[in-house]
Amino acid sequence: MTALLQARRLNAYYGPSQALHGIEFEVATGGITALLGANGAGKTTTLRAICGMIRTDGELTFEGKPITRMATERIVRLGVAHVPEGRGTFTTLSVEENLRIAAYTRRDKHAVKQDLDRVLTYFPRLKERYAQQAGTLSGGEQQMLAISRALMLRPRLMLLDEPSFGLAPLIVQEIFRIMRRVNEEERVSMLLVEQNAALALDLADHAYVLETGRIVMSGPASVVKSDEQIRKSYLGY
Amino acid sequence: MEQLLQQVAAGLANGAIYALVALALVMIYSATDHLNFAQGEMAMFSTYITWAFYQTGMGYWPSLVLAMLVSFLGGLVIERVVLRPLHKAPVLSIVVVFIGLLAIFHSMAGAIWTHTIKPFPSPFPNIAFVGSGYIGPHQVGMIVVSLVLLSLLFVFFRFTSLGLAMRAAAQNPVSARLAGVPVDWMLALGWGMAAAIGAVAGAMVAPVVYLEPNMMAGILLYGFAGALVGGIGSPGGAVFGGFIVGVLENLIAYFGNLLDQTTGIYIIGNGEKLPIALIMLITVLILKPSGLFGRVTVKRV
Repeated sequence: MTALLQARRLNAYYGPSQALHGIEFEVATGGITALLGANGAGKTTTLRAICGMIRTDGELTFEGKPITRMATERIVRLGVAHVPEGRGTFTTLSVEENLRIAAYTRRDKHAVKQDLDRVLTYFPRLKERYAQQAGTLSGGEQQMLAISRALMLRPRLMLLDEPSFGLAPLIVQEIFRIMRRVNEEERVSMLLVEQNAALALDLADHAYVLETGRIVMSGPASVVKSDEQIRKSYLGY
Repeated sequence: MEQLLQQVAAGLANGAIYALVALALVMIYSATDHLNFAQGEMAMFSTYITWAFYQTGMGYWPSLVLAMLVSFLGGLVIERVVLRPLHKAPVLSIVVVFIGLLAIFHSMAGAIWTHTIKPFPSPFPNIAFVGSGYIGPHQVGMIVVSLVLLSLLFVFFRFTSLGLAMRAAAQNPVSARLAGVPVDWMLALGWGMAAAIGAVAGAMVAPVVYLEPNMMAGILLYGFAGALVGGIGSPGGAVFGGFIVGVLENLIAYFGNLLDQTTGIYIIGNGEKLPIALIMLITVLILKPSGLFGRVTVKRV
């Protein structure tokens, strides 16, 4: 498998303070990679760095093309869909409008309609809420909406920031099941940030562990999962 | 009774202009949370541009359309060149920039076209029609043009993907970027559209107030009042607010005058129209800070 996304000596900064210190990682084409770590380790920062939302230097390549200093919206157009922390719902717009935004430059109305229908087959619940103001959706529904909006971009890579955050266990299971389907059926590669390490390691095939802006461990998910240190620190048994 | 209807009609006509100015303010406010104090002077400058085109011998409408285009580009350039570098600056810096723009447009207009008051043509034929006892042809024209422009904008924002992208960029810029919307350009586009709307407002009101560098000073205040009364976050509300301010200022002045004529007690009259608008503004802000039609966003956390 070749790498879809590759980071080399990646630094990221919030104002004067450095948040990532030369991290290196890759996401394999078609794979699901998990990024684990405690609060403040730099997981969200890494996703933001990939999308050019904060100041970065170092080397980031997507499908072999350098994207380090590219504007966020251009990186998105290349096929990187970021499902952000907090879900990024357009609260005053309807569910339909939330989904259509992602396709706003596309002229092929028919194909956009097809994409909408296809995305909604993953989340039939959103169909029931189609005309509703998106701010009134439950947390789980907003997470589904965020993933659907990302799918409307026809991405090659999806960056998911804590999709389980604040959701009931049953909803989390449902969403993770659908993420697995999306990965298999749409051939969308994923970089998944999670506090819930057990959940993430079940879904992912590869994992990195971040600690204060540095990668301290990486390997196949099964290996990471069985590591003594990881089990104690992140899995809690 | 006839006088009363006349006052309502005149109020609607003025209200149409306030509505346009209010809408121009909302275009910029909803995307950036800034009230553009220079909006009035920009509209005044646009009106001079319309007049300059008109002087070359082309008709009123072609002049206005060209001036709208020039204003649109001007608004776009102002956002890109003047405000873009300041997008992380504190609000006070932005306010100073707006005041600076106001002064610049004011003195440029004076320097280029002098401060002499100029007559401005009305594009509407002076003909009799049903109801012409109550309202003049230019006033009807003002209302119609405003309503047409407002409907076009409504259709644009509600039914086109560019309009949707602009709304998305205004509502949640971070998320809009992640959906591939070039947010910076959406803001610039908002500025351009606000400037073009201002050009229409200026060209509609100039035949009434005449063309001079101070022509928009009072109207901007009414526009502010309209926008805030209706709800600065909501375009529809701002438009309603503009009409409400226009009609109410006339009605209150009318009843004040009536009281004066019948009883000799003078409380309020034509001279106090602007204070009336500002009192309305303050009252609404105290009683309902989001404006009469301001939407309180439903949000679950």
